[in-house]
Amino acid sequence: MTELSYSSSELMIINAARLLKNGDVVFVGVGQPNLACNLAKRTHAPDLVMIYEAGVIGAEPARLPLSIGDPTLVSGALSVVSMYDIFANYLQRGNVDVGFLGGAQIDRYGNINATVIGSDYTHPKVRLPGSGGAQEIAAWANRCYIMTPHQKRRFPEKVDFLTSAGYLDGQGGRTRAGLRGQGPVGVVTDIGYLEPDDSGELVLTALHPGKTAQAAIENTGWALKVAKNIRITEPVTEKELVILREELDPTGIYIKSS
Amino acid sequence: MNKLIPLSEAVSKFVHNEDTVYAAGFTHLIPFAAGHEIIRQGIHNLVLARATPDLIYDQLVAAGCARKVIFSYMGNPGVGSLRIVRSAIEKGEVEWEEYSHFGMISRLQAGAAGLPFMPMNQTAATHLERANPRIRRVVDPYSGQEVITVPALNPDVAIVHVQRADANGNAHLWGIIGEQKESAFAARHLILTAEEIVDEAVIRSDPNRTLIPGFIVSAVCHVPFASHPSYAQGYYDRDNDFYLKWDKISESNEAIKSYLDEWVYGVKDREEYWNKLGFEIQTRLKVRPRMSEAVNYGQY
Repeated sequence: MTELSYSSSELMIINAARLLKNGDVVFVGVGQPNLACNLAKRTHAPDLVMIYEAGVIGAEPARLPLSIGDPTLVSGALSVVSMYDIFANYLQRGNVDVGFLGGAQIDRYGNINATVIGSDYTHPKVRLPGSGGAQEIAAWANRCYIMTPHQKRRFPEKVDFLTSAGYLDGQGGRTRAGLRGQGPVGVVTDIGYLEPDDSGELVLTALHPGKTAQAAIENTGWALKVAKNIRITEPVTEKELVILREELDPTGIYIKSS
Repeated sequence: MNKLIPLSEAVSKFVHNEDTVYAAGFTHLIPFAAGHEIIRQGIHNLVLARATPDLIYDQLVAAGCARKVIFSYMGNPGVGSLRIVRSAIEKGEVEWEEYSHFGMISRLQAGAAGLPFMPMNQTAATHLERANPRIRRVVDPYSGQEVITVPALNPDVAIVHVQRADANGNAHLWGIIGEQKESAFAARHLILTAEEIVDEAVIRSDPNRTLIPGFIVSAVCHVPFASHPSYAQGYYDRDNDFYLKWDKISESNEAIKSYLDEWVYGVKDREEYWNKLGFEIQTRLKVRPRMSEAVNYGQY
């Protein structure tokens, strides 16, 4: 069998797609999460229902959406509702199974920063876009996944600003705040897969073929624990790559390595 | 009552220095024509509220119209950073007030419903509560649990672009309907711009599609292509190339100035702007029809 070559983005998108179950209602972000969801829908999860924060339910985009409010999401969708309704009736009420999140920083307990770099909010060193829908998705979707390249600056011990709650300080903070969702149950990187242990701390539980635990440890800002029974993810298949490259992102906007 | 007036007149009549403005539209139907008219009229010290400031507020901030921005996601959608607003915040040149999308939209929902605030469930992401003292908590009198509250937002003026309206301001819109209805009801004055002005009979043929009734509208303006580089579902596509181009333009003060000189100050109105865009862009943004099935309301 010949070795397939693929970018780190393709590797992450394909592994994220595999986390979705058929029938899941998923709150989709534009870019790589959108590709992961569309790939899942065209492979093992044909009954996936894609919801976009712009208010679109059951989108079946005929072309690659280039913004969260792309008109291709609307044409042929099941329903379009106001933003208040999407956040209240769908997300807050508990009608969303899966949320995808990203951010500039993800810390030891899966907390996310997408707001400011540096400790002073009022005089930001680097101002990031902010929450958008992420704060509520992280709190209220039944389960969340994070997709991010595995780089030390993206994985600090503690986030500079808590935009979206992971497991907070790991001591039952989610339960105390009465959050309905489970929180970030998995982090897909270009090296492997992190999952929370019983205390909520993210530990390395899987590696992509050919990657090493050492590389993951070196690219993480805290002393990353490695699970005893670490597994190797299933190899990327030609079918997945063909769908991504030929059907979903033919000009390679999101599948090139970042 | 016929409320049809030119956009320049509507802006000078209803948008004043120091007003709080909500230019509605989540990616879709963003009222760029009205934004450009505000810049041309030199209106300043505005408080600009929008879930996503988008390019429209980047341009208003660049033109010196804003004192403050209120937002929940400050990026160039699908591209990256919203450079001008971001830089103004990093340098402390504008004030800002920040929410999550749900917080921002809940503020409008409260404003639209005539309520003082809206409750929301907790998210445990407490840093924004600390950063923005207007996000507070109250005890739910029924369960005894704390809920988050945000204050009503009642903008001095909302600007909403729609696909079609009659001369009285009864408006049909479809596609992504983000926060248009909420901002329309929340505002003290409401300027509508419309791709098409139609007979009242067209509106009455499909009353479920009327999100805004004429009697809350201050002015109706017929402005085709008012949303470019945003889009109007079924009328023209989003100009994603321009959103990418803005990423480059907004890197330098000279390029920003020359853009505003050429495309805002240098044109009289939206018609001149659209003609100036030229055949190639106009053709690229055309969309093929995809009609809905007609519904039967019945004769009673």
